[in-house]
Amino acid sequence: MRAALVVLAGLAAAPFLGFGEGYSLTLLARAMILAMAAVSLWLLVGGAGLVSLGHAAMLGVGAYALVVLDDARITDAVVVVPVAMGAAAFFALVTGAVAIRTSGVHFIMITLAFGQMAFFTASSLAAYGGDDGYTLYGRMTVLGHRWLEDRLVFHYLCLGLLALALLGTQMVLGSRFGRVLRAARENALRVEAVGFSPYPYRLVAYAAAGAVAGLAGVLLANATEFVAPSYLAWQRSGDLLFMVILGGLGSLQGAVLGAVGFVLLEEWLGHLTEHWRLIFGPLLVLSVLFLKGGLVGVLRRG
Amino acid sequence: MAEALLEVAGLRKRFGGLAVTDDVSFDVAPGEIHAVIGPNGAGKTTLIHQLSGTLRPDAGSIRFGGREIVGMGLARRARLGLARSFQITSVLPGFSALENAALAVQARSGSSFRFLRAAATERGLNDEAMAALNAVGLGARAGVMAGRLSHGEKRQLELAVALAMRPRLLLLDEPLAGAGPEETERLVGILRGLRGQYAILLVEHDMQAVFALADRISVLVYGRVIATDLPAVIRANAEVRAAYLGEDEAA
Repeated sequence: MRAALVVLAGLAAAPFLGFGEGYSLTLLARAMILAMAAVSLWLLVGGAGLVSLGHAAMLGVGAYALVVLDDARITDAVVVVPVAMGAAAFFALVTGAVAIRTSGVHFIMITLAFGQMAFFTASSLAAYGGDDGYTLYGRMTVLGHRWLEDRLVFHYLCLGLLALALLGTQMVLGSRFGRVLRAARENALRVEAVGFSPYPYRLVAYAAAGAVAGLAGVLLANATEFVAPSYLAWQRSGDLLFMVILGGLGSLQGAVLGAVGFVLLEEWLGHLTEHWRLIFGPLLVLSVLFLKGGLVGVLRRG
Repeated sequence: MAEALLEVAGLRKRFGGLAVTDDVSFDVAPGEIHAVIGPNGAGKTTLIHQLSGTLRPDAGSIRFGGREIVGMGLARRARLGLARSFQITSVLPGFSALENAALAVQARSGSSFRFLRAAATERGLNDEAMAALNAVGLGARAGVMAGRLSHGEKRQLELAVALAMRPRLLLLDEPLAGAGPEETERLVGILRGLRGQYAILLVEHDMQAVFALADRISVLVYGRVIATDLPAVIRANAEVRAAYLGEDEAA
């Protein structure tokens, strides 16, 4: 957990180390929010062995739940957050109920298919901007207060929730529930032979990961004050999966390292050249080939 | 005789035109070690699969503790007290030996939909898991990752996990498979120690071990049980010798 704590401490100190202006804070908020989504995806991939290529849909369902409420002028976090997390968890529960009956490549394909369904549904929501997306009236209020409009408050809110997601997931992984989940990843037959059916455990994990990703979607919507179908695009699911793998499946903190590393690298290369993707792509390939165990693995060896 | 713990009646399974289990009937009494032997391809593994719930028979009944279990899956049968060990070692390589056994304890002690408390610190689970490891002589290796245990130790762990389930019947699928002479001796010693405490259905290739351990033996040939009797009677049975034992002696 140490490396993740260093990253979190760095993020906490960043506003006082010359990264306090709007542009930097926007970037860091994006990194923290995607890190939170990556943590929830890690629970599935690293914890349960469920490689989902549709995780952005959970993010998008959370964000679009916020859009629907925003359009109805319901903007208080007390309502928006539970509704959005509930909607994302419900979407995960329903799609997971089908997807978790499959495994391996089939699971990847079916989560991708559900993600694409959600993407096209969002694109067709004319009342909420369709393809063009939806601009929020403003950030959420908290019990009527407009605290989130303060950049620093928003920064620390994202940081606090990321830390909470990280610690909560770590705790769940070590619990009885998490033990069954991890055991079923290693050897499902063994787990059944001692008397567990892995299915309900996997499904609950899938729904919980959906809820956390839904919360990340709410935060992302607030950060940009704009929601579009691109939230749910499969490319974003791929990015999230990549963050998890880049960070390393050996430890949950890999999700945080991977997400922050991914976002910062993307940003830095974007400044260097217009054709940054030409460098970014091969770098990702090299990292998979040579960073055994991801960034976490490198830190362990180093 | 006390009522049978496991009663198999008229069990049939076909793969295409091949009857792999052909009208198999036998029973296992409480506390009995009942061995199933037979030449390669006799259908022993298919039989174990049907008994443990990983393969559905085409016809027949399996009663366990007076209850029909044919329609139940592996996990459900395990919760009823039917513990299966695997021919090919099936442990959790990334879990310590203790955690492998603790998972089995956890399966029968309360809900596992608990999300907060660290399972690794639950005394109740660890104590019983440790007792199971000690019962097979693996207590000193409790903290070692299962993936790093020797082959023989993995076979012992497989047994410990089954014991940690506190089963009413142990289904042991070739527990000596791949074990060297010393490991075999140790494992046979452990199995002998379990005699009387558990009912055991033992499928095993090692004839010496089978005749040393079994109370009764059923001989499976081409999917059919051709004899069920005491070891001494089986040893003298001409049909059995022709079908099976004769092969070994001639070889």
